[in-house]
Amino acid sequence: MQLRRKIYMIAGYNTISMGSGRKEFNPRKARPGLEEYMTEAGQAVLKQIGGAKIVDECVVGNFIAAKYNNQGNLASFFPMIDEGLKYKPAIRTEGACASGSLALAAGIKSVLAETADVVLVIGTEVQNSMKAVYGADVLAAAGWAKERKDGHAHFFPGKFSDRAGKYYEKFGYDYTRQGMATWYKNAIENARLCPTAQEFHNTTEDLISVGMTKPNGRSFVDNLNVFDCSKVSDGASAIAIVSEEGLKKCGLTPKDAVEVIGIGQATNDLTKAPADHTKLDATAEAVKKALKMAKITKDDLATIELHDCFSIAGIMALEAIGFAEHGKGAQFVTEGHTARNGKIPVNTTGGLVGWGHPTGATGVHQAVTIWEQLTGRAGDAQINIPKNKPYALTINMGGDDKTLVSIVYKKN
Amino acid sequence: MNYDIRFENVTVLGAAGKMGSGILLLTAMEMYDISMKPENKDKHYVLYALDISQKALPGLMNYVQDQLVRQGERKINILRANYKDRADLAYNSEIIAQYVKDVMSMIRPVTTIESAYESNIIFEAASENPELKTKMFAQINENSKLNPWFFTNTSSIPISFLNEKAKLEGRIIGVHFYNPPAVQKLVEVIKCDQTPNEMAEFVSTYIKNLRKIEVPSYDKAGFIGNGHFMRDALYGMMRMEELRKEMSFAEAVYTVNKVTQEFLIRPMGIFQLIDYVGIDVCQFIMKVMKPYVTDENIHSPLLDSMMEIQVKGGQNHDGSQKDGFLKYERGRIVAVWDLDKKEYVKLEEIATKCDPLIGNLPEVHKAWKVIVRHPNKNEELTKYFSALQKESGMGAKLAVEYQTKSKQIGEKLVSDKVAFTPEDVNTVLMTGFFHAYGPINDFIK
Repeated sequence: MQLRRKIYMIAGYNTISMGSGRKEFNPRKARPGLEEYMTEAGQAVLKQIGGAKIVDECVVGNFIAAKYNNQGNLASFFPMIDEGLKYKPAIRTEGACASGSLALAAGIKSVLAETADVVLVIGTEVQNSMKAVYGADVLAAAGWAKERKDGHAHFFPGKFSDRAGKYYEKFGYDYTRQGMATWYKNAIENARLCPTAQEFHNTTEDLISVGMTKPNGRSFVDNLNVFDCSKVSDGASAIAIVSEEGLKKCGLTPKDAVEVIGIGQATNDLTKAPADHTKLDATAEAVKKALKMAKITKDDLATIELHDCFSIAGIMALEAIGFAEHGKGAQFVTEGHTARNGKIPVNTTGGLVGWGHPTGATGVHQAVTIWEQLTGRAGDAQINIPKNKPYALTINMGGDDKTLVSIVYKKN
Repeated sequence: MNYDIRFENVTVLGAAGKMGSGILLLTAMEMYDISMKPENKDKHYVLYALDISQKALPGLMNYVQDQLVRQGERKINILRANYKDRADLAYNSEIIAQYVKDVMSMIRPVTTIESAYESNIIFEAASENPELKTKMFAQINENSKLNPWFFTNTSSIPISFLNEKAKLEGRIIGVHFYNPPAVQKLVEVIKCDQTPNEMAEFVSTYIKNLRKIEVPSYDKAGFIGNGHFMRDALYGMMRMEELRKEMSFAEAVYTVNKVTQEFLIRPMGIFQLIDYVGIDVCQFIMKVMKPYVTDENIHSPLLDSMMEIQVKGGQNHDGSQKDGFLKYERGRIVAVWDLDKKEYVKLEEIATKCDPLIGNLPEVHKAWKVIVRHPNKNEELTKYFSALQKESGMGAKLAVEYQTKSKQIGEKLVSDKVAFTPEDVNTVLMTGFFHAYGPINDFIK
């Protein structure tokens, strides 16, 4: 498959990822909700592109506000963000934690279909409306509801704990945990460079020791500690998807934008367990499609934002892309290849473990981070983008390797 | 009668009080765990929440329910296993709700003592009044056909006294929880001469199941916890009276409180602790202890003076601190009582005057909340107290003398056969009072 038109992303914006870890977070005090986050992110994009009048369409990615916030019909929030969006077409996408990237995919497809030149895309989630033990019930909806009864109290940590357990069995506990602890260290160190990151205020000195904390199945799950997990987060991210004409309408140039040159989507059967718990098959498939469409290989990539909902998922994703053979992903991380100065810098502002994981926002947050890195807007978190590698990749995963979106971006 | 059977019918006396409500909660949770064993599925478990205050019982039920929700959230992994055969309970929220329902269904709020006649175990958490306690024990014991076991939460009254007065033939043991029982890890256990071993073993199992720490104490008024605290408080008040010769009452209270908190790296200063426990409660405990302690005068005229003007400290029902020696706003000290002026004096005013007199903390000082979790706590404390001894300020000197006295009090508890070992004294202070270190140490050379 080929993209029939040039597709650009511009004018990205991330709110703070709010939740435990942020100094200003107090679970007992009133906090911003969906309305505030969507407004903050949406208005920030509109300001950069010259206002709502040139927007043809809006998409919001959100997993499950109906349960977290008793709120449905999110697409109708767009006119609240700016009166100029009143009566414009708007849709909401849902694919669990890949909801944000599905919003991007919807925007891309609308521009490709020539039904829009400028699409405003927002991803959002507000999860701190309830305690984590109840949030686990909500997030379990990303799995098959009929599995909830036999699932773990912490449903998704349970799923990836099972995966980690199998990986330990096959490739060794200490070996794997070292990789997972290094993953955590990288995530926190990168988050410290990004003021919107949930772990921006983290001051822990010995991150490896913390990351090596022995999992305790009595209080949590058998094979993961809490540092292996992504955060419970509130926030929104937004970006504009535009055609060449759209770019002109915004008064911006290709230099201000990243170009989308490949997109791969893959879906797995929600009712089936993974064939091999140590592999992310659908992830591999989505990445393969995206790279193929972009006509590049993994070795052309300067950076990646991937879906480390758990550190073990990050390691398996590296194997799915092909950076390491099956079982060698942990070593690849331990050896420092994914650090910001490594062979392939991964999750340069902390990823889901360090920056945060407002589920429905994550896919859009990844796009914004790539846009920042490829246009030199990443501030203290900026990495070097080599001239011969002007490409970046995102992987956004919904559920346990079920709904996948991978996008390839090019620097202009 | 084995452990599980004995728990089939239990009464908590004074259930709506602060200690009673916590003991009720913990006991209810333990009874639930017993009831969930497959072999106990057909048994019936009853827990009487007995309190004379009809008005207090609805609040008690709300408290227990709220606490059970929190406990359920914490124990969710275990609860999911408990209800694994219940197809209708899939979500954490459903499982926790069922847990709360199942525990609450065992509790019967009652106001009349007759209910206790059916119980195998009587947990007593009534006010610290020997006459009241013995009267209730005797009445239940005379009317019950079950030869019930009496667990008393007294923090100061000798168990042998209660045993003799109520004619319980040794079926009594001190099971002294710390406040609040749901949170505090420490339980002091006190046998009297006649307490059967079987009862002590039963209590040990119960405490272990609650995941709490048991420290045995001899049957001496005040036991270890209050034995140390009351003497420590008396010493603090004595040092305050000395300072009062050179400064105002409020300044002297401020100084001793600050030194005992910051310079001794304790969670709170001695006057704040007296307020926390309650000036009335401290006065009462001393009154109970006094007749049994012949070589010291366990009595404070200062506490009497405070009680005369009804400045009592203690806590409100919501757990917030009432004003006592110190005045509190949202848990923070904002003013200090002046007995001579009969008013609170603003903290800043006193601090400005007293802090220069008290002098500086050694540079190596670390706050209590840092020290208490520090991986090299003992090294840090050794370094700190060594530096403290080199400081010339009034605060540092007072702190060194205070720690020396605190150690003496601890050692005397062992030599007077109140505590079995120095370690027991230290455990009580560290777990019951959250001290970062036990009083019996070698930090002061």
